[in-house]
Amino acid sequence: MQTVVELAKLSVCLGKREILTDLSVELSGRTIGLLGPNGAGKSTLILTLLGFCPVTRGTARVLGHDIRRHIKQVRALVGYMPENDSFIADMTAVSFVRMMGELSGLPAESALERAHEVLFYVGLGEARYRKLGTYSLGMKQMVKLAQAIVHGPRLLILDEPTNGLDPSARRRMLRLIRDIRDSGQMHVLLCSHLLRDVEETCEEVLILKQGRIVHYANLPRERSVNQRFVEIETSEDHAGLAEALTEIGCMCTTHGSGRLKMVLPEDFDLREIYRVAAKRDLPLRRLSYRRDTLEDIFFKAMEA
Amino acid sequence: MAVYKQTYKDYSGTRTAPWFRFLILSRYSYARLFQSKFLVLFLAVCMFYPLGCAVFIYLSHNSPLLAALRLRSEAMPPIDGQFFNVYCVVQGALAFLLTTLVGPSLVAPDLANGAMSLYLSHPFSRSQYVAGKMTILLLLLSLITWIPGIVLYLIQAGCAGWDWTRVHTWLAGSIVLGLWIWIVVLSLIALALSAWVKWKIAAGALILGVFFAGAGFGAAINNVTRTHYGAFIDLMQVVHTIWSDLFRNGSRADLSVTEAWTVLGVTCALCLWLLAKRIRAFEVVK
Repeated sequence: MQTVVELAKLSVCLGKREILTDLSVELSGRTIGLLGPNGAGKSTLILTLLGFCPVTRGTARVLGHDIRRHIKQVRALVGYMPENDSFIADMTAVSFVRMMGELSGLPAESALERAHEVLFYVGLGEARYRKLGTYSLGMKQMVKLAQAIVHGPRLLILDEPTNGLDPSARRRMLRLIRDIRDSGQMHVLLCSHLLRDVEETCEEVLILKQGRIVHYANLPRERSVNQRFVEIETSEDHAGLAEALTEIGCMCTTHGSGRLKMVLPEDFDLREIYRVAAKRDLPLRRLSYRRDTLEDIFFKAMEA
Repeated sequence: MAVYKQTYKDYSGTRTAPWFRFLILSRYSYARLFQSKFLVLFLAVCMFYPLGCAVFIYLSHNSPLLAALRLRSEAMPPIDGQFFNVYCVVQGALAFLLTTLVGPSLVAPDLANGAMSLYLSHPFSRSQYVAGKMTILLLLLSLITWIPGIVLYLIQAGCAGWDWTRVHTWLAGSIVLGLWIWIVVLSLIALALSAWVKWKIAAGALILGVFFAGAGFGAAINNVTRTHYGAFIDLMQVVHTIWSDLFRNGSRADLSVTEAWTVLGVTCALCLWLLAKRIRAFEVVK
């Protein structure tokens, strides 16, 4: 699998402040989430990948291109949706998206055709001849997405794409991101402080705190590892059951009446739990895996 | 892909050469600018004086018509360096007015709307951005300054014959160089001020201020200090000094030609520095 973003001891200073410190990671997922509290350096990392912030130390590569030496190639391969309002108020959406396509190297006719297509794709087909100054916040977010994908980039960088969107617009935006991901034609780097957005769309997650990487998680792998955490609920006294399960290698803790949480040993056969319960004639009401949510992962990383 | 399908499809077509992409900005800006009827009208008005000059040149070489109008050809002013110097002053003033009309809307709205990060996230550099925006003014101002100037020169050369043309070849160079200097200075000042003031009206006022307040302050400094140092901030006087030299007219200005060229060079360098400071994808708050 091609490495999308490769950082090697990357440090970035703005003014006299060091914003990013010694970041080293290789990201190759189809969708990569960039998480962190406010001021963690997420946006600075994105701006650095786009060549807007000078690298102080180390290197960064995007799709194999060094950002210091081949920034034009990087920009040709990337589509960027900025966080803040970025548009030209007295242009219509179709002219604006067309112009952005042309700036990326599309011939004028192709850019016009693509502008119509992507505006329909993001749901602005009916409003494409309206001036951008008259658009609502949700529509402006969509038009920013349209200009980011008009030239068919290999990597789409989204900086807080659901900022200021109402629930239905947010759902639509996330659906589009998933659709772009599933099309298999581009990678997505999503920067957000909304854990739910990242959890719904991303495979890999990089968590930043105070300019450093505090955690890297491959969400599908993390979830499969967490299948060793199990919660069960019984109808009667469970003290004996906990003892019996501890004897066969499980680590158990009790939570209220009839509820047990346990960590299973490696290669543990779940049917053992049923056997132990049957031996004691104890009905099991519920058995569920307790998966770590992204929120758990995030807070663990923040505490670390 | 048909638009109704509403699915994402990659682009795999051809790409344009990166060198000429700066003209994309100019093209879109012209499309916006020429929606203004006032601008079109102003451009038409700017052609009146060159048209009058063309009629004058034709008249001065047409003895029967002069006789019919009861005018003597000796009484007609000669068409020489002085004539084209006056042409430069008139069209230069109109170029200045056109710059105050068009200049403020070039960079200020992009900065106000945060569009800079979008432009520069594409394979499009800051210098290409400045070149694209500057081309808008350079072409518009050329249209009312040196292009009609050269047309007038060619009309005069055609009417006066080879002898006049051979003696006055330098005039063509002076017209082009003199007016190019002016439009480059105007364009750079307009872009730099438009980049520093996000409000269009304020940017327009500032462009007027640089020239008129500069002239006013310059005169005040000269009167108070009884020196000629005030002339250094009077850009109109600086350019007139250069024009007088180019058109081989005696200059009554306080500046020497070398000083005038130095002031213009410093002004252009300052404008480029201001542009380099402001044309960025984002602002660093230190």
